[in-house]
Amino acid sequence: MLDASEGYTTEDGRKIGGVVMEMKNITLRFGGVIAIQDISFDIREGEIRAIIGPNGAGKSSMLNVISGFYHPQEGEVWYQGAKRPPMKPYEVARQGIARTFQNIALFEGMSVLDNVMTGRIRQMKAGMLAQAIWRGKAEREEVENREFVEKIIDFLEIQHIRKTPVGRLPYGLKKRVELARALAAEPSILLLDEPMAGMNVEEKEDMSRFVLDVNDEFGTTIALIEHDMGVVMDLSDRVVVMDYGKKIGDGTPDEVRNNQAVIDAYLGVAHD
Amino acid sequence: MPEQLVFATEVFLNGLMAGVLYALVALGFVLIFKASGIFNYAQGVMALFAALTLVGIMEGQVPFAHLINAIFGTEIHHFGWHVPGLVAIILTMVIMVALAWIVNTLIFRHLVNQEPIILFMATIGLAYFLEGFGDIMWGSDIKKLDVGLPQGINLWIDETTFNIFDYGFFIDNLDIVATVVAALLVVALVIFAQYTKQGRAMRAVADDHQAALSVGISLNFIWVMVWSVAGFVALVAGIMWGTKSGVQFSLSLIALKALPVLMLGGFTSIPGAIVGGLVIGVGEKLFEFAIGPLVGGATENWFAYVLALIFLVFRPQGLFGEKIIERV
Repeated sequence: MLDASEGYTTEDGRKIGGVVMEMKNITLRFGGVIAIQDISFDIREGEIRAIIGPNGAGKSSMLNVISGFYHPQEGEVWYQGAKRPPMKPYEVARQGIARTFQNIALFEGMSVLDNVMTGRIRQMKAGMLAQAIWRGKAEREEVENREFVEKIIDFLEIQHIRKTPVGRLPYGLKKRVELARALAAEPSILLLDEPMAGMNVEEKEDMSRFVLDVNDEFGTTIALIEHDMGVVMDLSDRVVVMDYGKKIGDGTPDEVRNNQAVIDAYLGVAHD
Repeated sequence: MPEQLVFATEVFLNGLMAGVLYALVALGFVLIFKASGIFNYAQGVMALFAALTLVGIMEGQVPFAHLINAIFGTEIHHFGWHVPGLVAIILTMVIMVALAWIVNTLIFRHLVNQEPIILFMATIGLAYFLEGFGDIMWGSDIKKLDVGLPQGINLWIDETTFNIFDYGFFIDNLDIVATVVAALLVVALVIFAQYTKQGRAMRAVADDHQAALSVGISLNFIWVMVWSVAGFVALVAGIMWGTKSGVQFSLSLIALKALPVLMLGGFTSIPGAIVGGLVIGVGEKLFEFAIGPLVGGATENWFAYVLALIFLVFRPQGLFGEKIIERV
């Protein structure tokens, strides 16, 4: 079904482009523990790509490899057609890979608006001196960034809490603010680490809708981690399944659902 | 106006001026604390080191002269040139930025995610090191610092008040300059923190390291920047104190006076550092004036600390600090 260079068309008719990121034979060890063992997969432009697996499968480690928080001992990360040298997380972010965190990492003391504005740091070119001396350019830049941020805030329906310090918000809204901050960076890949974790059914539905809308509206490539199978199967175009640090399945939700190894990993195997 | 009240007014004004100098030191503390959660015990020593370096450069002193002479048996002390004040200030600032980079690279980069008490201990170490290093580099004798700031009694205020109250106020010109400089500095810092990209990044880093990394902020860059700004504030404080009472090693002790200032103003508030400084400056001068004679004087030594203690009991976050809310 998949061709290496060309894209493909999803069931609902969206065109998926070429490969944006490719993980080649990634192995990550912590001392004697192998968190990821020889895993390869790719992420294509415009698709929603999920990495699923039971607890401790190595999903978060994989996300941390992509976003530069961990460095694999073996394997290569290819991004936008070039091999990526080992990078610090902030350098990865500046390359256009934005992320959210499983247990939310927001600037609690700052307002929602300020939080989302920090997402624009990549787009702000004017240096410190320019901001002091050449006010005009810096101000114009600030206004432009502000407009974009307001668009995102509208889109994610958090206008009513724009000025509220993030520390006062409930969990579900915090998750949404974090998504807004990541989106503000206009990322070429958006990484979501368990976006539905700890949410009730209603919040999960909201979040699923936002993920789909973001992909639809901005054409953002999304890679997400989730262990709630139901949510993932509805959302994603292609799914990587991990178990004990190994890849045990890769394909469309339907293919994965019928994969015996995946069923065994999730439901367990009867030993008799 | 009754005579006592006129005196009290003069004492009040002098207290304000003294408070400005406390506030300048406290400001350096707040900056680093806000951005990195480090309580920088070395802030006072940084002011001393900045002042020593400034004098050394202006006078054309040979750095490490004693050390060089002791090892090589030479007799060098001065290059024999004098550097104008402004140039020397710029050179000193360059050295303070270099110091910021060294401090971050050698010490604090390796202590990321450590307990605050460990960071605090590191700054105590830094303080003693820097004091000794300043001694070796520039010598321990008391030096006169004159970068051309006006000094001495302000005659205009003296005359005007004499015409009104029949008693001329003694206000030092230097104190007026210090007040203006402090005001400008605070305005600049607030604008920087609230409205610039780097200021926003600084607040972000103070709040959450991981999140800051994920939006593309380099922690090291921000930390070096913050220590540089703190170095700049230390330089300004060093110039003011050094001009007033000579550059001497007791300068590092003014850091201790900044502690009650911070408890009053709140560790995280820039305006708090200023108001706290003024309250303590005025408070201790007025207290000495009114109560001092009754208890045998020398109240200035302890007044600030007692005031801070009272604050700790009734308002531990200080006047402007962020309210401490514990969610259960």
